[in-house]
Amino acid sequence: MQTKRTIFPNKLLPYALLAPQLIITIIFFLWPAGQAVKSSFEREDPFGFRTTFIWFQNYTRLFDDPEYLNAAARSAVFAVGVTALSMGAALLLAVCVNRLLRSGKFYTTLLVWPYAVAPVVAGILWWFMFNPTIGIVPYLLEAFGYRWNHRVNGNDAMILVIIAASWKQISYNFLFFVAGLQSVPKSLVEAAAMDGAGPFKRFWTIVFPLLSPTTFFLMIVNINYAMFDTFGIIDGTTSGGPAGSTNTLVYKVYADGFLGLNIGSSSAQSVILMLIVIILTVVQFRWVERRVQY
Amino acid sequence: MVENRPLLNILTHLVLIVGVVIVAFPVYLAFIASTHGADAFARGLAPMLPGPHMIENYHRMLTSGLSSAGAPPVWLMLINSTIMALTIAIGKIAISIISAYAIVYFKFPFRLLAFWMIFITLMLPVEVRIIPTFKVVADLGMLNSYAGLTIPLIASATATFLFRQFFLTIPDELMEAARVDGAGPLKFFRDILLPLSRTNIAALFVILFIYGWVQYLWPLLVTTDSRYYTIVMGIKRLAASADADPYWNLVMAAVMLAMLPPVLVIIFMQRLFVKGLVETEK
Repeated sequence: MQTKRTIFPNKLLPYALLAPQLIITIIFFLWPAGQAVKSSFEREDPFGFRTTFIWFQNYTRLFDDPEYLNAAARSAVFAVGVTALSMGAALLLAVCVNRLLRSGKFYTTLLVWPYAVAPVVAGILWWFMFNPTIGIVPYLLEAFGYRWNHRVNGNDAMILVIIAASWKQISYNFLFFVAGLQSVPKSLVEAAAMDGAGPFKRFWTIVFPLLSPTTFFLMIVNINYAMFDTFGIIDGTTSGGPAGSTNTLVYKVYADGFLGLNIGSSSAQSVILMLIVIILTVVQFRWVERRVQY
Repeated sequence: MVENRPLLNILTHLVLIVGVVIVAFPVYLAFIASTHGADAFARGLAPMLPGPHMIENYHRMLTSGLSSAGAPPVWLMLINSTIMALTIAIGKIAISIISAYAIVYFKFPFRLLAFWMIFITLMLPVEVRIIPTFKVVADLGMLNSYAGLTIPLIASATATFLFRQFFLTIPDELMEAARVDGAGPLKFFRDILLPLSRTNIAALFVILFIYGWVQYLWPLLVTTDSRYYTIVMGIKRLAASADADPYWNLVMAAVMLAMLPPVLVIIFMQRLFVKGLVETEK
């Protein structure tokens, strides 16, 4: 790993400098993660007196549990929905801002602030808009003959959390798309224009392919966001309901472990989620190394 | 601009205006709701235009809160959130900048191991290790305290990487010159590296302040005493009661107050925010 050509000769100082970070990492990250792995192989008796080592039983039981497999499928739907909706909207807005010279900055300011809204607050904002009794959206939908009720209808609830989660993520995607668009060489676009390619053709044949590193990067980040950072949105709106229809993998870890006190199963779920984050992080970092050379 | 197409320009502005309106609409409705009396929500549709009770609602939420929902006054939760966000942002920056310094400017056994241990924290968000982390904090007696709210979140791989990346771009000659002039490692750090890192620190601060402010799951786990509630988690308690009693005006006043500080930070420090966002993700 890279260092400086010359370095300071001190022997103890670097350990002292690293100590705070490493102590916190060990106590609050590595140790709990180890505990999660350990208790995912154990079963605690109902009174908490004895724990028995049961190998992979917690895992096999999870994979036999249709409710867990459903939660996994729901998480996938949720992640794909959020990623597609927020990236699509963000790309459209970024392309528009990129066309403008001066007013682009003004629009940017008006579009980036939802980044600062807490997920649970974003959830409550949309929950209010979609409130079946007083919300504006159900009122409008009723004119089209649709009775919106996310308290009863699982699909409605899923749509609600996807919209709320996407809304919050648009600003992030937007900023990265704008940065990506600005690095597309002007000369290429101009050359295509001289050859008679219209704006839409130029976008699909030149700009969009050149954006693919940004798009790919954002895809990973968005999946990560939808899987792990949306706890607040779900807890703030549906609490996993109705009848578990918005119970994603992360929410289930919390619900089973913290509310249901099923430590073994919840730990096994934690370990599975850790594996997912590890895969996503590895993909992201392996790719970032190459992005520089693109 | 490659060519001038007036029609396309109009379309561009149209799309952006619609986008801005859609993005802002939920907040507009929340604001409108926070200016009405409770009776506005008893019948049919929530109001669309401002009402006369704005000052009254905000005053009530800030000073006394909604005791029926079991939440303390909003001013207290705002203070708790500020303490939490500031401590997390400053703490993360402080411990990350010194660990990056150790990794870049020294050679010592286990350097690579230390680097990887920090890297691994990226892969362990609170959400996937809820119960064991809660247990550690409980065993250490840190429930219901500012230490419990902040210290477990202070380790930061992204901040460490950012500073490491930045230190690697600083010319070696600077350090050689400092050594020739007799500066030790601490003096070099304080008098040369810190001033050079100023913009990076500021950009990172904006991002981390927001990170700390919007934390939800962690305060939810470690605080049961309402004196330590943060505004973001307190909102959930308020909202949970709003479905039963139509206190939408008061709940939305609290929602507006919870959003205001971090949104203002982004709007007024937009340049630093964008820099921080783009660079921490590299």
